[in-house]
Amino acid sequence: MNLGPHAAFIITAYVAAIAVVAGLIAWIVLDRRHLSRILDDFEAQGISRRSTRTDGDKW
Amino acid sequence: MSLIELANPSRFLALTARALPWLAAATVLAFAIGITQVYLAPDDYQQGATVKIMFIHVPAAWLGIFAWIVMGVAALGTLVWRHPLADVAAKAAAPIGAAFTLMCLVTGSLWGRPMWGTYWVWDARLTSVLVLFLMYLGVIALWRTIDDPAQAARAAAVLTLVGAINIPIIKFSVDWLNTLHQPASVFRLGGSAIHPAILVPLIVMAVAFTLLFLTLHLAAMRNEIMRRRVRTLMMLQAGARVGP
Repeated sequence: MNLGPHAAFIITAYVAAIAVVAGLIAWIVLDRRHLSRILDDFEAQGISRRSTRTDGDKW
Repeated sequence: MSLIELANPSRFLALTARALPWLAAATVLAFAIGITQVYLAPDDYQQGATVKIMFIHVPAAWLGIFAWIVMGVAALGTLVWRHPLADVAAKAAAPIGAAFTLMCLVTGSLWGRPMWGTYWVWDARLTSVLVLFLMYLGVIALWRTIDDPAQAARAAAVLTLVGAINIPIIKFSVDWLNTLHQPASVFRLGGSAIHPAILVPLIVMAVAFTLLFLTLHLAAMRNEIMRRRVRTLMMLQAGARVGP
């Protein structure tokens, strides 16, 4: 594929787009891992929403 | 199943756990088809190969706007029905919308340099999209500033609805004002001005980007629900330590 005289701009644009999407995916995956670990810790301590649930707890 | 049942956080988690793998697979498939079509698409008679930047720039711009519309609908859910899942949807959409708007600005700049001879002009379309990006940052900052999620949701909802004024400004800036940015060429009265050889890959990429947004948004919403559960448990634990 010949990208012509402006190949550097085209390649940089695609690399930037991939970086943004990769950043979003990494943020979501790492955030999920972090939150799961905290919830597991609570579970291990015997603290769960079921055992401590109140009427005001929607989550 | 009613909308109210779907809006229950536990039911939402169960449903999205089943839907997300399929949505992710559909996203990957759509991108595979889209990238192949981009590779095979001919050069534009004026822009040359630089038109390939449009296949990511235009969908990123649409998604930047779409995410704010999603936040606007969620803001109504927060303010009118006070539903916590609407708060979650709005909060989860903000960073994703900001990322797509940033992608739009960066790729547009990289297209502008070879085509217009400049990376940036203070043109109405470019400036209104920059304002959109700054508003995303404002909403994200607001969410992080207020500790109580319900209070933060109401403040962010008001800011989102006020900021929605910018959406028609972005859309119609190229019609109302004298801008360097070209007018609408895909969705316009009288049909698209783009040749099918370029229009089809653009539409496929737009579908792929939309599926990507939905996948990321649902995943981010699941994380936000987990974050609120962590917060609830931390408060209950702190309450237990203090005692009655």
